[in-house]
Amino acid sequence: MNAPAGDDETRTYPGARRPDRQRRVDANGVGIAVYEWGDPDARPVLLTHGGFDFAATFDLLAPLLADAGLRVVGWDQRGHGSSDHAALYAFEADVRDAAIVLDSISPEPIDVVGHSKGGSVLMQLANALPHRVRSLVNLDGVPAGRNVPDIPDHQRTKLMAEDLTARLDHRRRVATLQRKPGTIAELAERRSRMNPRLDRAWLEYLVTIGARRDPDGWRWRIDPAMQMGGFGPWRPEWALMRLPDLGMPVLAVLGLVPELMGWGTRAEDVEPHLPPDGRVVALDDVGHFVHIEQPRRIADLILEHLERVP
Amino acid sequence: MSAPVTRLQHGRVTLALHHLSDGEGRPLLLLHGLGERTPDAVPERLAGWPGPVVGLDLTGHGASDVPAGGGYYCEALMGDVDAALAHLGPCTVHGRGLGAYVALLIAGARPTLVRGAVLADGPGLAGGGPNPPAPAVVTSLGPPPPVPTPDPWAMLELSRDVRPPDYAATYARLASVNSGLDVAVAVVGVNRPPWLEAVVQEPGVVACSLAEALERFAAVD
Repeated sequence: MNAPAGDDETRTYPGARRPDRQRRVDANGVGIAVYEWGDPDARPVLLTHGGFDFAATFDLLAPLLADAGLRVVGWDQRGHGSSDHAALYAFEADVRDAAIVLDSISPEPIDVVGHSKGGSVLMQLANALPHRVRSLVNLDGVPAGRNVPDIPDHQRTKLMAEDLTARLDHRRRVATLQRKPGTIAELAERRSRMNPRLDRAWLEYLVTIGARRDPDGWRWRIDPAMQMGGFGPWRPEWALMRLPDLGMPVLAVLGLVPELMGWGTRAEDVEPHLPPDGRVVALDDVGHFVHIEQPRRIADLILEHLERVP
Repeated sequence: MSAPVTRLQHGRVTLALHHLSDGEGRPLLLLHGLGERTPDAVPERLAGWPGPVVGLDLTGHGASDVPAGGGYYCEALMGDVDAALAHLGPCTVHGRGLGAYVALLIAGARPTLVRGAVLADGPGLAGGGPNPPAPAVVTSLGPPPPVPTPDPWAMLELSRDVRPPDYAATYARLASVNSGLDVAVAVVGVNRPPWLEAVVQEPGVVACSLAEALERFAAVD
């Protein structure tokens, strides 16, 4: 199937702006795509996307921060966006890749902002390398156990057996897997299952950046080897336990409208774990993708937070 | 003289499966410990196994590929073993250290393909312990080592991965419930890190000598 006429490669979206500069960083043999908006000599801030996203999901937030006088740096995690696909994907490797991107920006401590899994990655990074992080903003990325269903043990065991079979069957196929081709509208439609609250025109804009145009149609660039949910014993409290140790100013923003991709975390889940210089802001009219639904409001929260750390 | 090798594909990684000996019946699949590789010949203590003996070099070990940029975790190595099971069919699996933990995982996840898992002492048995260790980030490992394997990222990451006892116990339960075997897992080692202490308490798991374990699993269908 050929991409239909009129399925052109450029889309615009109100307020969205592509980065001013792009470069690549070598993370021990894995090429990482890095993007920058704004004055290269200004105070830097690192943005880190969530699982199954890519840096362009900051195309609304980043320009607002850049226009406020910041050097905004985003990056695609391994296997995501335009970064290299890797043989292995693990949380610890993402934290390491983040530190390598951080080192490519400045030797000074840097303000960092992470969404969803990107927030967890940065909490771990800030805990391990406190001298590299000046302040931290976590956008709906403090995990809580709330969206884990309460089911009897024998049923949990059965579900786990089915999940393991499916995951190993998937691993047997990954050497030859390809993403399914389609039109821009079809790829946006597929993505809307993970982003039900986001505007279709926004998702189509994302397709033209996060997908490539092959002769038989558009394909998301994300590595088809990756699967949702991770594979292993990871538990939400392992990310939460990083929070109280942080010595830098921390802002946790929560989007309270429940969504498939979110944790369902409430302010009362976070408050007992806040570090000495931490605060939580819960937004009751926003879903998981706070920075896409309300970029101006999130930019203002970040800028106000940065003013506390002159 | 080295044993014949079959190359197996697991995602982007090519693995080496070594054929150490022939025999009648179900293969015994050996999984080495952290930093080790498949031995050149069948170790004497395993010579009583009636079937063929094969050994898999896990990702980043022995003659298997070293992927770029690390990212190791035990469930990925379980996928390595699953690639071997896809090639060999049902096996009894013997794992040392890290390989013992991986043997437990695959016994729970592929209960009809693993006809008995033997968990033995060896490097990497404990992993990072039952709870997350203090976070550490190392961004580079300096000059490449003089030999390509074991991959230093494997050595670092697989000695820090978390192995919760209840998580391991669930795999033991899956193995005993879904394999149809009276005993699905035999613990033959001396060391008992918390995950293994929990596993040995589960029904369908026995602690016994290596000889008893081999005899028991050689006799099952």
